[in-house]
Amino acid sequence: MFSFIVRRLGQAVAVVLLVTLIVFILLKVLPGGTARALLGPRASTSAIKTFNHANGFDRPVIIQYLNWIWKILHWNLGYSYKYNQPVSTLLGTVLPKSLLLVGMAMLLAIIIAVPVGMVQGARRNRVLDHVITGLELVFYSMPVFFLGILLILYLSVDHHVFPSEAPQGATVAQVIQDPRGLVMPILTLMLITVALFARYMRSSTLDVLVQDYVRTARAKGNGQTGVLRHHVFRNALLPVVTLIGLSFPTLVSGAIVTETIFNYPGMGLMFWTAAQNRDYAILLGFTLVTGIATVTGSLAADIAYAALDPRVRVH
Amino acid sequence: MLTEAALAPAAGLGDSDYGGTRPRFSTLRSAGHTFLEHRMAVVGLGFLLFVVLFCFVGPLLYKTNQVSANVVVATLPPSGQHWLGTDENGFDVLGRLMLGGQTSLEVGLGAAIVGASMGVVWGSVAGFCGGVIDSIMMRVVDAVLALPALLLLLVLAVIIQPSVPMLIIIVGVVSWLVPARLVRGETLTLKTREYVDASRVVGASRRRTVARHILPNVLGTIIVNATFQVADAIILVAYLSFLGLGISPPATNWGAMLSDGLNYALSGYWWLIFPPGVTIVLTVVAVNYVGDGLRDAFEVRLRVR
Repeated sequence: MFSFIVRRLGQAVAVVLLVTLIVFILLKVLPGGTARALLGPRASTSAIKTFNHANGFDRPVIIQYLNWIWKILHWNLGYSYKYNQPVSTLLGTVLPKSLLLVGMAMLLAIIIAVPVGMVQGARRNRVLDHVITGLELVFYSMPVFFLGILLILYLSVDHHVFPSEAPQGATVAQVIQDPRGLVMPILTLMLITVALFARYMRSSTLDVLVQDYVRTARAKGNGQTGVLRHHVFRNALLPVVTLIGLSFPTLVSGAIVTETIFNYPGMGLMFWTAAQNRDYAILLGFTLVTGIATVTGSLAADIAYAALDPRVRVH
Repeated sequence: MLTEAALAPAAGLGDSDYGGTRPRFSTLRSAGHTFLEHRMAVVGLGFLLFVVLFCFVGPLLYKTNQVSANVVVATLPPSGQHWLGTDENGFDVLGRLMLGGQTSLEVGLGAAIVGASMGVVWGSVAGFCGGVIDSIMMRVVDAVLALPALLLLLVLAVIIQPSVPMLIIIVGVVSWLVPARLVRGETLTLKTREYVDASRVVGASRRRTVARHILPNVLGTIIVNATFQVADAIILVAYLSFLGLGISPPATNWGAMLSDGLNYALSGYWWLIFPPGVTIVLTVVAVNYVGDGLRDAFEVRLRVR
C-alpha cells in the first residue's frame, strides 16, 4: 500500500508540473502576450519593450518559467488589470460559491443516481431500464443552457415557483440566505450529472452481478434484495469513487454554463466574463487551479480506491 | 456533456477486460447482427441518415436566403411560407436549421476523426514502446485531461479565430485523450500475444507490427469511442457558441441558433429555441444509441450476458 501511494504521488507531481507547463505555454502563445493584453492594441513598440523588460519577459524562457513557478508557489496567480485585483483574491471570493453549487449538485446527483443505476442494473433490458436509459440519454445529450432555459420557462415564467436569477451575495453566507434562488442552478447541474452517474452505476452493477461471489450468495438462498444490498451495492460503488474524482473537470465545465445562465456569481461566471474581456490572468489562473485540483482529486480517488479494494494495488 | 468519453478512463482499471473486444473478420457478420438486434441503435442510425439528408440535400428542395438579413420579416411565427417561422434577423428557421446542421455535423464528425487519429498514434506508440516513453506520454495525457475541456476550448478560441476547420482542430485537441488511453491499454495487452511475438520473430519492423497486427484489433474500440466523441463535439461546439466564441454570422450551427434564440425565448418566440434545441438533443441521443449498439456489437465480453 505504501509503495503504491508513493508511486501514485510521484505521478501526480509529474502531472502537476506538466499542467503548469501547458498553462505557461498558453500564456506565451497568447496573441501579443501579456504586454499587448495590458497596454492595449495601440501601445507603442517601445512601451511594450519597457514593460517586457520591467517584468522580466525578455529573459530566457526557462528563467521566465521558473520565476512563474516561484510566484505560483507563493500563491501569486497573476494580477487582473480588469478588476485591479490579484487573481488569488478574486478566486478567494468566487471559489467557495462555486464549490457550494457544484458540491450540492454532485451530492444530490450521487444520492439519486446510485439507487437508480442499481435498479437499472438489476432489471436490465426490462421496460423500466429502457425508459430510464432513454430519459438519462435525453438529459445527458441536452446542452446545459437548453435545460436551463426550459426550467426557467416552466418553473419561473409559467409557474413562478423559483426565481430565474441566482442569489447575488458576495459571500457564501449571503448566498445561502436565499435558498430558493439556489434551487434552479443546482437542479440544472444535478440533472445532467445524475444521467452521467446513473449510467455508470448501471454498468458497474452489471459488472458485479456476473461475479462468482454473487452467484454463490444467490446459491445460498439469498433473495434479490438481500444480494443487492449486501453483495452488490458496495462493490458496484467502487468505480463510482473514481468517477467522482474524474468528473470534476466536467462539472467545472458544466458550472461555467450553468453560472452564466442563472447569473450565479461564482468561478464559472467570472471565467466567462474574463473570456469576453480577454482577461488572460484570470483565464489562465483559474485553468491552473482547476487543473491542480483535478489532479489532487483523482489522486485522492485512486488512493481511496486502493484502500477499499486491495486487488488494485497489485497492478 | 463529456459522455462516454469521460467515463472510459474510469474503466481504465479494467483495461485488461477490454482484451476481449477485438473484432475478428469471421465475427464481423455476427457483430452486424448484434448491432441490428439493438433496436434503438437501428432507429438512431436511421434518424442520423435522415438528419444528414435533411441538412445536405434539404437546402436543394427548401430554398431560403441564408446570407442577407431582412428585418422586415423578423421573428414571424411558423406559417405556410416559413414552416418554422423566422429568426430575429429574418432568416427562415427551417432553412437555417439545415445550414447550421451542416456545420454541427461537419465539426462533430471532423473532430472525432482528428481526435481518434491523434489518439491512435499517441496511444499505440506509448503502449508499444512502454517504459519511460510510455510513462511520459501518459502523464501528458493525464495533464491535458486534468484541464476542463471547456476552459481549454475557451482559451484556444480566444487565440484562434473559429472557422469550421479551426473548430475541428480545437475540438479535436481536447478529444484525442480518451482514445489515446484506450488504444494504449489495448496495445499493452495485445503486444504480449503470441502472434505479435511471431511477427517480430519473422523480422517485421516495429511499425509494421503495430500497423498490421495491433491496430486492426483495436479498431472496434476506436470506432465505438469515436462515435461517442461525435456526440461530445456537437455539444462542445454548442457551448462555445453559447459562450460567444463560436463561428461568426451569417454562418451558424445548431448551438449558435439555440443560444441566439435564448434572448428571445422569454418573449414567447418558442420557434427560435425549440427547433435547434430538440434537433441537438435528438441527434446526440441518436449518436449515443448508435454508439451503444456498436459497443454491444464489438464487445464480445458484453455479448455473453
